[in-house]
Amino acid sequence: MWSFERFTGWIDTSLHSCMGDGWALLTEYVLIGVAVLVAYALIALFLIYAERKICGFFQCRLGPNRVGKWGIFQSVADMVKILLKELVHIDRSDKVLFRMASFFVIIGSVCTFGALPFARGLQAIDFNVGVFYLLAVSSLGVVGILLAGWSSNSKYSMIGAMRSGAQLISYEISAGLSLMVIVVFSGTMQLSQIVAQQADGWFIFKGHLPACIAFLTYLIAGHAETNRGPFDMPEAESELTAGYHTEYSGIQFGFFYLAEYLNMFIVAAIATTMFLGGWQPLHVPGWDGFNHAMDCIPSFLWFFGKTCVCMFLAMWVRWSFPRLRIDQLLSLEWKILMPVCLLNLILMSVVVIL
Amino acid sequence: MSNSALFLVVLITAFVLVGAALLLALWLAPRSTNPLKGQVYECGIPTRGTSWMQFRVGYYLFAILYLVFDVETVLLFPWATVMRELGPAGLESVLFFFFILTLGLAYAWKKGALKWK
Repeated sequence: MWSFERFTGWIDTSLHSCMGDGWALLTEYVLIGVAVLVAYALIALFLIYAERKICGFFQCRLGPNRVGKWGIFQSVADMVKILLKELVHIDRSDKVLFRMASFFVIIGSVCTFGALPFARGLQAIDFNVGVFYLLAVSSLGVVGILLAGWSSNSKYSMIGAMRSGAQLISYEISAGLSLMVIVVFSGTMQLSQIVAQQADGWFIFKGHLPACIAFLTYLIAGHAETNRGPFDMPEAESELTAGYHTEYSGIQFGFFYLAEYLNMFIVAAIATTMFLGGWQPLHVPGWDGFNHAMDCIPSFLWFFGKTCVCMFLAMWVRWSFPRLRIDQLLSLEWKILMPVCLLNLILMSVVVIL
Repeated sequence: MSNSALFLVVLITAFVLVGAALLLALWLAPRSTNPLKGQVYECGIPTRGTSWMQFRVGYYLFAILYLVFDVETVLLFPWATVMRELGPAGLESVLFFFFILTLGLAYAWKKGALKWK
């Protein structure tokens, strides 16, 4: 199978041949930064277009279809428009915290994005505590959301931020416990090793019943963590206008929007990496011809294909179910999801020992 | 390339993304002054008082419960990694740990901390 290591190795040797070691390292760092930035922006543009189009089809309309063929340049046009909008500041807001909030939200999602294994040999950060790192960094977003609501000094923002904070921190526990099931099974927290262990069968097939339950609980908890319907309490537009980002305008609103879509991608990508084999192709033991044919499909296509399936599921759920109330939302987490996750973890450890 | 250096690179990338987009917007976006623009949005009605006030205690209770269970998650991750090597002895001690935690959750449930009044 073709590996991205060949490509990165070629860049490495050609850089070292034309400049000193220090400069080569610096250039590589810059290249990695640019690559992360470009991938981040492209995925966001694609997701915003896909969401609008899919939402349109679910509601029996066409969705965006004016800018370019089938409206494919709609999200580019939106991005340009949002850059040209005025940045309005509220008189009584806390100016410093107001600006800091968007930094926190974006940092939380970019740093998580950088640690994902996209394809064979294509992973920027590969900590040996990878799963833990993902959970730790992605919770930075909560800080940003609470800061945004608090600093706006507006009642809608405040209520939205409080609800959002309560929701995000609650569902983070379930997400962590669901991922821990896979850590128990694989015995490692390093994402590259978790993917490597799934070469002969994805964890959702290999991991018996607990892995399937964990996959479902992770999808629910992850979906709630991205603040999307039916869990979009914080920005219930009929009661709170836009929730925690009511007072944000122009590109500052754009950051929250961007982070929300990227978080959806990140949740789907983590579900893919942990349960659906990451970039590993589908292998059926004994079917050699089939396995060989599957190997011919490039690894990044496998990764993005599985991620897109998870994301489509998220969009489907979002546009099909009515919104939950805050008390229903919290009791779903604390009275159903978390006990199930704890029991599932025990079940998995029993399975591992036996 | 060490992971910590790469983490710093990605962190700086995030700062650059936000900073560059903000600067670009400040340069491109129009600016007009109008005292009404600085007002808080509340569907057109002038807002009363400040929003920095006391908040309902329910959120605080959930925050405390979260703290307990999040620390539990942090404690369990190292155990989860070496679960296979520890074997039944590791499971027994963690089951005891779970028992105490569940007791705490049951207490909070019984006391009505999970109920939204």
